[in-house]
Amino acid sequence: MDPQSRFVHQQASHCESGVMSTIARHYGLPLSEPMAFGLASALTFVYLPFIKLSGLPLISYRMPPKTIIRGLQKPLQFSMRSETFRRPEDGAARLDELLDAGRIVGLQVSIFWLPFMPPDFRFHFNAHNLLAFGRDETNGDYLLSDPVLEEPVRCAPADLMKARFARGLLAPKGLLYYPASPPLEPDWKRVIPAAIKKTARAMLHTPLPFIGVKGIGRIARAFERLPAVSGPQAAKLFIGHMVRMQEEIGTGGGGFRFIYAAFLEEAAPLAGHPALAELSEQLVEIGDSWREFALAAARMIRDRDPLDPTRLAESLRTLAAREKIFFAALDKAVRQTPP
Amino acid sequence: MDAADVPQENIVTYGGHAKAVYARTGDGRLGLVRTSGWEAEEIVTRQAVEAFEALAKAARERARAGQSSPLEFHMYRARMDVSLLAQASGIWRWRVQRHLRPKVFVRLSPALRTRYAEALGIPPERLESLD
Repeated sequence: MDPQSRFVHQQASHCESGVMSTIARHYGLPLSEPMAFGLASALTFVYLPFIKLSGLPLISYRMPPKTIIRGLQKPLQFSMRSETFRRPEDGAARLDELLDAGRIVGLQVSIFWLPFMPPDFRFHFNAHNLLAFGRDETNGDYLLSDPVLEEPVRCAPADLMKARFARGLLAPKGLLYYPASPPLEPDWKRVIPAAIKKTARAMLHTPLPFIGVKGIGRIARAFERLPAVSGPQAAKLFIGHMVRMQEEIGTGGGGFRFIYAAFLEEAAPLAGHPALAELSEQLVEIGDSWREFALAAARMIRDRDPLDPTRLAESLRTLAAREKIFFAALDKAVRQTPP
Repeated sequence: MDAADVPQENIVTYGGHAKAVYARTGDGRLGLVRTSGWEAEEIVTRQAVEAFEALAKAARERARAGQSSPLEFHMYRARMDVSLLAQASGIWRWRVQRHLRPKVFVRLSPALRTRYAEALGIPPERLESLD
Protein backbone atom coordinates (compact mmCIF):
# COMPACT_ATOMS: atom_id res chain seq x y z
CA MET A 1 0.00 0.00 0.00
CA ASP A 2 1.43 3.38 -0.85
CA PRO A 3 2.01 5.61 2.16
CA GLN A 4 -0.40 8.33 1.07
CA SER A 5 -3.40 6.04 0.98
CA ARG A 6 -3.01 5.34 4.69
CA PHE A 7 -2.97 9.09 5.39
CA VAL A 8 -5.48 10.03 8.07
CA HIS A 9 -6.87 13.54 8.18
CA GLN A 10 -7.45 14.97 11.63
CA GLN A 11 -9.13 18.22 12.52
CA ALA A 12 -7.20 20.42 14.92
CA SER A 13 -7.76 23.70 16.64
CA HIS A 14 -4.67 25.42 15.27
CA CYS A 15 -3.15 25.05 11.81
CA GLU A 16 0.57 24.77 12.55
CA SER A 17 0.31 22.44 15.56
CA GLY A 18 -2.32 20.43 13.66
CA VAL A 19 -0.05 19.96 10.64
CA MET A 20 2.96 19.00 12.77
CA SER A 21 0.96 16.57 14.88
CA THR A 22 -0.34 14.91 11.71
CA ILE A 23 3.14 14.75 10.16
CA ALA A 24 4.59 13.18 13.33
CA ARG A 25 1.81 10.62 13.48
CA HIS A 26 2.08 9.79 9.78
CA TYR A 27 5.79 9.11 10.19
CA GLY A 28 5.31 6.83 13.16
CA LEU A 29 5.20 8.97 16.32
CA PRO A 30 1.77 9.43 17.89
CA LEU A 31 1.89 13.07 19.00
CA SER A 32 -1.22 14.97 20.03
CA GLU A 33 -1.84 18.49 18.81
CA PRO A 34 -1.52 20.02 22.32
CA MET A 35 1.76 18.13 22.83
CA ALA A 36 3.11 19.56 19.54
CA PHE A 37 2.03 23.04 20.63
CA GLY A 38 3.44 22.79 24.15
CA LEU A 39 6.74 21.08 23.29
CA ALA A 40 7.46 23.85 20.79
CA SER A 41 6.80 26.48 23.52
CA ALA A 42 4.32 28.15 21.18
CA LEU A 43 2.22 29.95 23.78
CA THR A 44 2.81 33.62 24.57
CA PHE A 45 1.28 37.07 24.38
CA VAL A 46 2.60 39.80 22.10
CA TYR A 47 1.39 43.32 21.48
CA LEU A 48 3.45 45.39 19.03
CA PRO A 49 1.78 48.80 18.70
CA PHE A 50 4.31 50.00 16.11
CA ILE A 51 3.70 47.17 13.61
CA LYS A 52 0.45 47.98 11.85
CA LEU A 53 -1.66 45.91 9.46
CA SER A 54 -4.51 47.81 7.84
CA GLY A 55 -4.05 50.37 10.61
CA LEU A 56 -4.28 47.82 13.44
CA PRO A 57 -1.39 46.73 15.67
CA LEU A 58 0.11 43.26 15.76
CA ILE A 59 -1.47 41.25 18.56
CA SER A 60 -0.75 37.58 19.00
CA TYR A 61 -1.34 34.94 21.64
CA ARG A 62 1.32 32.64 20.24
CA MET A 63 4.92 32.73 19.04
CA PRO A 64 5.60 33.70 15.40
CA PRO A 65 4.80 31.35 12.48
CA LYS A 66 7.20 28.41 11.97
CA THR A 67 7.93 28.24 15.72
CA ILE A 68 6.25 24.83 15.93
CA ILE A 69 7.76 23.46 12.71
CA ARG A 70 11.25 24.40 13.89
CA GLY A 71 10.73 23.96 17.63
CA LEU A 72 9.85 20.27 17.49
CA GLN A 73 13.10 19.24 15.82
CA LYS A 74 15.20 19.29 18.96
CA PRO A 75 12.84 17.48 21.37
CA LEU A 76 11.85 14.87 18.78
CA GLN A 77 15.45 14.45 17.51
CA PHE A 78 14.66 14.78 13.85
CA SER A 79 15.07 17.40 11.20
CA MET A 80 12.53 19.17 9.06
CA ARG A 81 13.56 20.17 5.58
CA SER A 82 12.02 23.40 4.30
CA GLU A 83 12.26 24.79 0.80
CA THR A 84 11.15 28.09 -0.66
CA PHE A 85 11.11 29.06 -4.31
CA ARG A 86 11.69 32.13 -6.35
CA ARG A 87 9.61 30.88 -9.28
CA PRO A 88 6.10 29.45 -8.73
CA GLU A 89 6.65 26.82 -11.45
CA ASP A 90 9.62 25.43 -9.51
CA GLY A 91 7.55 25.30 -6.35
CA ALA A 92 4.77 23.41 -8.12
CA ALA A 93 7.21 20.96 -9.74
CA ARG A 94 8.94 20.24 -6.43
CA LEU A 95 5.65 19.62 -4.66
CA ASP A 96 4.62 17.17 -7.39
CA GLU A 97 7.96 15.41 -7.15
CA LEU A 98 7.64 14.96 -3.38
CA LEU A 99 4.05 13.76 -3.67
CA ASP A 100 5.05 11.30 -6.40
CA ALA A 101 7.71 9.99 -4.04
CA GLY A 102 4.92 9.12 -1.61
CA ARG A 103 5.51 11.89 0.92
CA ILE A 104 3.05 14.11 2.71
CA VAL A 105 4.10 17.72 2.50
CA GLY A 106 3.39 20.72 4.74
CA LEU A 107 2.65 23.98 2.96
CA GLN A 108 2.48 27.60 4.05
CA VAL A 109 -0.29 29.45 2.24
CA SER A 110 -2.37 32.62 2.24
CA ILE A 111 -5.81 31.72 3.51
CA PHE A 112 -7.38 34.36 1.26
CA TRP A 113 -6.76 32.41 -1.96
CA LEU A 114 -8.11 29.04 -0.79
CA PRO A 115 -11.42 28.58 -2.63
CA PHE A 116 -12.63 25.85 -0.28
CA MET A 117 -12.57 28.16 2.74
CA PRO A 118 -15.80 29.88 3.82
CA PRO A 119 -15.75 33.49 2.52
CA ASP A 120 -15.61 35.00 6.00
CA PHE A 121 -12.37 33.10 6.81
CA ARG A 122 -10.67 34.56 3.77
CA PHE A 123 -8.49 37.45 4.90
CA HIS A 124 -4.98 38.18 3.71
CA PHE A 125 -3.27 36.07 6.34
CA ASN A 126 -0.15 34.56 4.78
CA ALA A 127 0.89 32.13 7.49
CA HIS A 128 -1.80 29.47 7.25
CA ASN A 129 -0.57 25.86 7.17
CA LEU A 130 -1.99 22.75 5.57
CA LEU A 131 -0.83 19.39 4.22
CA ALA A 132 -0.79 18.02 0.70
CA PHE A 133 -1.09 14.24 0.64
CA GLY A 134 -1.70 13.41 -3.01
CA ARG A 135 -3.06 14.35 -6.41
CA ASP A 136 -6.10 13.27 -8.31
CA GLU A 137 -4.69 11.58 -11.39
CA THR A 138 -7.72 12.36 -13.54
CA ASN A 139 -7.87 16.15 -13.20
CA GLY A 140 -4.65 17.10 -11.39
CA ASP A 141 -6.39 18.48 -8.27
CA TYR A 142 -4.35 18.42 -5.09
CA LEU A 143 -5.66 16.43 -2.15
CA LEU A 144 -5.26 18.61 0.90
CA SER A 145 -5.70 18.15 4.60
CA ASP A 146 -6.47 21.51 6.20
CA PRO A 147 -6.37 21.12 9.99
CA VAL A 148 -9.03 23.78 10.47
CA LEU A 149 -11.60 21.80 8.46
CA GLU A 150 -13.45 18.63 9.34
CA GLU A 151 -12.74 16.76 6.10
CA PRO A 152 -9.92 16.64 3.53
CA VAL A 153 -10.48 18.91 0.52
CA ARG A 154 -9.40 19.26 -3.09
CA CYS A 155 -7.83 22.26 -4.71
CA ALA A 156 -7.12 23.13 -8.35
CA PRO A 157 -3.39 23.63 -9.09
CA ALA A 158 -3.80 27.29 -10.15
CA ASP A 159 -5.56 28.17 -6.89
CA LEU A 160 -3.01 26.41 -4.71
CA MET A 161 -0.19 28.11 -6.60
CA LYS A 162 -1.75 31.52 -5.95
CA ALA A 163 -2.12 30.73 -2.24
CA ARG A 164 1.48 29.48 -1.98
CA PHE A 165 2.96 32.48 -3.73
CA ALA A 166 0.88 35.29 -2.26
CA ARG A 167 2.97 38.36 -1.52
CA GLY A 168 3.01 40.76 1.42
CA LEU A 169 3.81 40.38 5.12
CA LEU A 170 4.97 36.82 6.00
CA ALA A 171 4.86 35.91 2.31
CA PRO A 172 5.10 32.10 2.09
CA LYS A 173 7.36 32.11 -1.02
CA GLY A 174 6.02 28.66 -1.81
CA LEU A 175 7.35 27.24 1.48
CA LEU A 176 7.00 23.48 1.72
CA TYR A 177 8.33 21.28 4.51
CA TYR A 178 8.67 17.60 5.33
CA PRO A 179 10.70 15.49 7.75
CA ALA A 180 14.13 14.46 6.53
CA SER A 181 14.17 11.69 9.13
CA PRO A 182 11.34 10.24 11.23
CA PRO A 183 10.61 11.89 14.60
CA LEU A 184 11.58 9.85 17.66
CA GLU A 185 9.95 9.46 21.01
CA PRO A 186 11.66 11.95 23.32
CA ASP A 187 12.84 11.67 26.89
CA TRP A 188 9.66 13.26 28.26
CA LYS A 189 11.14 13.94 31.68
CA ARG A 190 13.71 16.19 30.08
CA VAL A 191 11.94 17.85 27.13
CA ILE A 192 8.70 18.77 28.90
CA PRO A 193 10.28 20.81 31.71
CA ALA A 194 12.60 22.49 29.19
CA ALA A 195 9.68 23.53 26.98
CA ILE A 196 7.64 24.79 29.93
CA LYS A 197 10.53 26.81 31.33
CA LYS A 198 10.93 28.50 27.97
CA THR A 199 7.26 29.50 27.86
CA ALA A 200 7.34 30.75 31.46
CA ARG A 201 10.44 32.78 30.70
CA ALA A 202 8.81 34.39 27.65
CA MET A 203 5.68 35.22 29.63
CA LEU A 204 7.46 36.61 32.69
CA HIS A 205 10.99 37.73 31.92
CA THR A 206 11.19 39.10 28.38
CA PRO A 207 12.95 42.43 28.80
CA LEU A 208 10.62 44.17 26.34
CA PRO A 209 7.37 45.63 27.71
CA PHE A 210 5.33 44.28 24.75
CA ILE A 211 5.66 40.57 25.43
CA GLY A 212 4.15 38.26 28.01
CA VAL A 213 2.26 39.55 31.03
CA LYS A 214 3.83 42.98 30.55
CA GLY A 215 2.34 43.06 27.06
CA ILE A 216 -1.12 42.35 28.48
CA GLY A 217 -0.64 45.27 30.88
CA ARG A 218 0.54 47.42 28.01
CA ILE A 219 -2.53 46.74 25.88
CA ALA A 220 -4.74 47.39 28.92
CA ARG A 221 -3.22 50.87 29.01
CA ALA A 222 -3.91 51.31 25.28
CA PHE A 223 -7.55 50.33 25.89
CA GLU A 224 -7.94 53.08 28.49
CA ARG A 225 -6.77 55.74 26.07
CA LEU A 226 -8.87 54.46 23.16
CA PRO A 227 -12.04 56.53 22.80
CA ALA A 228 -10.34 59.80 23.72
CA VAL A 229 -7.61 59.32 21.12
CA SER A 230 -9.48 57.87 18.17
CA GLY A 231 -13.26 58.05 18.62
CA PRO A 232 -15.74 55.23 19.24
CA GLN A 233 -15.64 53.64 15.77
CA ALA A 234 -11.88 53.21 15.71
CA ALA A 235 -11.99 52.06 19.34
CA LYS A 236 -14.42 49.30 18.40
CA LEU A 237 -12.20 48.18 15.51
CA PHE A 238 -9.21 47.98 17.85
CA ILE A 239 -11.15 46.00 20.46
CA GLY A 240 -12.67 43.71 17.82
CA HIS A 241 -9.23 43.11 16.34
CA MET A 242 -7.88 41.91 19.67
CA VAL A 243 -10.84 39.56 20.17
CA ARG A 244 -10.35 38.17 16.64
CA MET A 245 -6.72 37.35 17.38
CA GLN A 246 -7.87 35.65 20.57
CA GLU A 247 -10.86 33.67 19.37
CA GLU A 248 -10.87 33.45 15.60
CA ILE A 249 -7.57 32.54 13.98
CA GLY A 250 -7.51 28.86 14.90
CA THR A 251 -6.74 29.47 18.54
CA GLY A 252 -8.84 26.72 20.03
CA GLY A 253 -10.52 29.47 22.06
CA GLY A 254 -9.25 31.65 24.87
CA GLY A 255 -6.12 32.71 23.02
CA PHE A 256 -4.56 29.19 23.01
CA ARG A 257 -4.92 28.91 26.79
CA PHE A 258 -7.13 25.81 26.48
CA ILE A 259 -4.80 23.97 24.13
CA TYR A 260 -1.91 24.73 26.48
CA ALA A 261 -3.98 23.46 29.42
CA ALA A 262 -4.53 20.22 27.46
CA PHE A 263 -0.77 20.01 26.95
CA LEU A 264 -0.14 20.39 30.70
CA GLU A 265 -2.69 17.71 31.51
CA GLU A 266 -1.08 15.28 29.09
CA ALA A 267 2.41 16.27 30.23
CA ALA A 268 1.82 15.71 33.97
CA PRO A 269 2.21 11.89 34.07
CA LEU A 270 4.81 11.83 31.28
CA ALA A 271 7.08 14.31 33.04
CA GLY A 272 6.38 12.84 36.46
CA HIS A 273 5.13 16.20 37.73
CA PRO A 274 1.60 15.69 39.11
CA ALA A 275 1.43 19.43 39.92
CA LEU A 276 1.04 20.11 36.19
CA ALA A 277 -2.42 18.50 36.21
CA GLU A 278 -3.58 20.88 38.90
CA LEU A 279 -2.02 23.83 37.07
CA SER A 280 -3.83 22.71 33.91
CA GLU A 281 -7.12 23.19 35.75
CA GLN A 282 -6.07 26.67 36.79
CA LEU A 283 -5.24 27.56 33.20
CA VAL A 284 -8.66 26.37 32.03
CA GLU A 285 -10.15 28.87 34.48
CA ILE A 286 -7.90 31.61 33.14
CA GLY A 287 -8.99 30.64 29.59
CA ASP A 288 -12.61 30.94 30.69
CA SER A 289 -11.87 34.47 31.89
CA TRP A 290 -10.34 35.34 28.52
CA ARG A 291 -13.58 34.12 26.94
CA GLU A 292 -15.60 36.33 29.32
CA PHE A 293 -13.44 39.27 28.28
CA ALA A 294 -14.11 38.41 24.60
CA LEU A 295 -17.86 38.23 25.14
CA ALA A 296 -17.96 41.52 27.07
CA ALA A 297 -15.95 43.17 24.27
CA ALA A 298 -18.17 41.74 21.51
CA ARG A 299 -21.30 42.99 23.26
CA MET A 300 -19.85 46.51 23.34
CA ILE A 301 -18.99 46.32 19.65
CA ARG A 302 -22.61 45.55 18.81
CA ASP A 303 -23.88 48.23 21.25
CA ARG A 304 -25.65 45.72 23.47
CA ASP A 305 -23.65 47.19 26.32
CA PRO A 306 -22.31 50.76 26.43
CA LEU A 307 -18.78 51.08 25.04
CA ASP A 308 -16.49 51.12 28.05
CA PRO A 309 -12.86 50.24 27.24
CA THR A 310 -11.84 51.06 30.81
CA ARG A 311 -13.91 48.17 32.07
CA LEU A 312 -12.21 45.86 29.52
CA ALA A 313 -8.83 47.24 30.57
CA GLU A 314 -9.61 46.22 34.16
CA SER A 315 -10.36 42.65 33.02
CA LEU A 316 -7.07 42.63 31.13
CA ARG A 317 -5.13 43.83 34.17
CA THR A 318 -6.73 41.09 36.27
CA LEU A 319 -5.80 38.54 33.59
CA ALA A 320 -2.22 39.82 33.50
CA ALA A 321 -1.97 39.50 37.29
CA ARG A 322 -3.40 35.98 37.24
CA GLU A 323 -1.11 34.86 34.43
CA LYS A 324 1.88 36.31 36.26
CA ILE A 325 1.10 34.14 39.29
CA PHE A 326 0.22 31.17 37.10
CA PHE A 327 3.41 31.11 35.02
CA ALA A 328 5.57 31.66 38.09
CA ALA A 329 3.92 28.62 39.70
CA LEU A 330 4.37 26.65 36.48
CA ASP A 331 8.04 27.53 36.33
CA LYS A 332 8.48 26.52 39.97
CA ALA A 333 6.65 23.22 39.44
CA VAL A 334 9.01 21.99 36.73
CA ARG A 335 12.10 23.16 38.57
CA GLN A 336 11.38 20.85 41.48
CA THR A 337 12.76 17.34 41.33
CA PRO A 338 9.91 14.95 40.59
CA PRO A 339 8.83 13.02 43.69
CA MET B 1 -14.75 25.23 29.63
CA ASP B 2 -16.76 22.02 29.80
CA ALA B 3 -17.79 20.24 26.60
CA ALA B 4 -21.43 20.99 27.41
CA ASP B 5 -20.60 24.73 27.51
CA VAL B 6 -18.87 24.79 24.12
CA PRO B 7 -21.05 27.14 22.07
CA GLN B 8 -23.07 25.60 19.24
CA GLU B 9 -24.59 28.71 17.74
CA ASN B 10 -24.36 27.92 14.00
CA ILE B 11 -22.73 31.24 13.27
CA VAL B 12 -22.90 32.60 9.71
CA THR B 13 -19.16 33.23 9.41
CA TYR B 14 -18.46 29.47 9.54
CA GLY B 15 -20.52 29.02 6.37
CA GLY B 16 -21.82 25.64 7.55
CA HIS B 17 -18.39 24.43 8.69
CA ALA B 18 -17.43 23.49 12.22
CA LYS B 19 -14.21 24.14 14.10
CA ALA B 20 -12.67 22.31 17.02
CA VAL B 21 -11.73 23.67 20.44
CA TYR B 22 -10.32 22.13 23.60
CA ALA B 23 -12.75 21.58 26.46
CA ARG B 24 -13.30 19.17 29.33
CA THR B 25 -15.00 16.11 27.91
CA GLY B 26 -17.16 13.47 29.63
CA ASP B 27 -14.20 11.49 30.95
CA GLY B 28 -12.92 14.57 32.79
CA ARG B 29 -9.99 15.14 30.42
CA LEU B 30 -9.39 17.96 27.98
CA GLY B 31 -10.06 17.00 24.38
CA LEU B 32 -11.19 18.36 21.04
CA VAL B 33 -14.85 19.30 20.88
CA ARG B 34 -16.63 20.29 17.70
CA THR B 35 -18.18 23.74 17.68
CA SER B 36 -20.56 25.33 15.20
CA GLY B 37 -19.44 28.71 16.46
CA TRP B 38 -19.75 31.31 19.15
CA GLU B 39 -21.58 34.61 18.93
CA ALA B 40 -18.57 36.61 20.16
CA GLU B 41 -16.47 35.27 17.30
CA GLU B 42 -19.23 35.92 14.79
CA ILE B 43 -19.51 39.55 15.93
CA VAL B 44 -15.81 40.32 15.55
CA THR B 45 -15.42 38.47 12.25
CA ARG B 46 -18.45 40.22 10.79
CA GLN B 47 -17.12 43.52 12.09
CA ALA B 48 -13.92 43.01 10.10
CA VAL B 49 -15.76 41.84 6.96
CA GLU B 50 -18.24 44.70 7.18
CA ALA B 51 -15.44 47.24 7.56
CA PHE B 52 -14.11 46.19 4.14
CA GLU B 53 -17.61 46.05 2.67
CA ALA B 54 -18.28 49.61 3.82
CA LEU B 55 -15.00 50.80 2.31
CA ALA B 56 -15.82 49.04 -0.98
CA LYS B 57 -19.29 50.54 -1.08
CA ALA B 58 -18.03 54.05 -0.46
CA ALA B 59 -15.31 53.56 -3.09
CA ARG B 60 -17.88 52.38 -5.63
CA GLU B 61 -19.94 55.50 -5.04
CA ARG B 62 -16.88 57.70 -5.39
CA ALA B 63 -16.00 55.90 -8.63
CA ARG B 64 -19.52 56.44 -10.00
CA ALA B 65 -19.22 60.12 -9.12
CA GLY B 66 -15.91 60.27 -10.96
CA GLN B 67 -13.92 61.04 -7.82
CA SER B 68 -12.03 57.77 -7.72
CA SER B 69 -10.94 54.99 -10.06
CA PRO B 70 -12.55 51.52 -10.04
CA LEU B 71 -9.23 50.22 -8.78
CA GLU B 72 -10.04 51.53 -5.31
CA PHE B 73 -13.32 49.62 -5.30
CA HIS B 74 -11.63 46.38 -6.41
CA MET B 75 -8.89 46.84 -3.84
CA TYR B 76 -11.30 46.98 -0.92
CA ARG B 77 -13.49 44.25 -2.40
CA ALA B 78 -10.42 42.00 -2.34
CA ARG B 79 -9.98 42.95 1.37
CA MET B 80 -6.81 44.89 0.67
CA ASP B 81 -5.60 48.40 1.35
CA VAL B 82 -3.03 50.48 -0.54
CA SER B 83 0.00 48.92 1.23
CA LEU B 84 -1.21 45.39 0.65
CA LEU B 85 -2.12 46.01 -2.99
CA ALA B 86 1.29 47.58 -3.51
CA GLN B 87 2.97 44.49 -2.04
CA ALA B 88 0.73 42.05 -3.89
CA SER B 89 1.23 43.72 -7.27
CA GLY B 90 4.85 44.76 -6.77
CA ILE B 91 3.95 48.34 -7.69
CA TRP B 92 5.21 51.18 -5.52
CA ARG B 93 2.76 52.52 -2.96
CA TRP B 94 2.83 56.05 -4.31
CA ARG B 95 2.06 54.74 -7.81
CA VAL B 96 -0.88 52.70 -6.53
CA GLN B 97 -2.10 55.81 -4.75
CA ARG B 98 -1.84 57.73 -8.04
CA HIS B 99 -3.70 55.03 -9.94
CA LEU B 100 -6.68 55.53 -7.66
CA ARG B 101 -7.25 58.85 -9.48
CA PRO B 102 -9.70 58.36 -12.38
CA LYS B 103 -7.71 60.43 -14.88
CA VAL B 104 -4.52 58.48 -14.26
CA PHE B 105 -6.35 55.15 -14.20
CA VAL B 106 -7.87 55.52 -17.71
CA ARG B 107 -4.38 55.92 -19.16
CA LEU B 108 -2.98 52.82 -17.44
CA SER B 109 -0.98 50.53 -19.73
CA PRO B 110 -2.32 47.03 -20.42
CA ALA B 111 0.72 45.59 -18.66
CA LEU B 112 -0.08 47.44 -15.43
CA ARG B 113 -3.73 46.50 -15.70
CA THR B 114 -2.75 42.85 -15.97
CA ARG B 115 -0.56 43.15 -12.89
CA TYR B 116 -3.34 44.68 -10.85
CA ALA B 117 -5.87 42.13 -12.09
CA GLU B 118 -3.53 39.30 -11.18
CA ALA B 119 -2.88 40.71 -7.70
CA LEU B 120 -6.61 41.10 -7.17
CA GLY B 121 -7.47 37.69 -8.64
CA ILE B 122 -9.87 39.02 -11.30
CA PRO B 123 -9.81 39.02 -15.13
CA PRO B 124 -8.22 42.24 -16.49
CA GLU B 125 -11.41 43.40 -18.24
CA ARG B 126 -13.25 43.38 -14.94
CA LEU B 127 -10.93 46.03 -13.56
CA GLU B 128 -12.87 48.73 -15.41
CA SER B 129 -16.30 47.64 -14.22
CA LEU B 130 -17.83 48.27 -10.83
CA ASP B 131 -19.16 44.81 -10.09
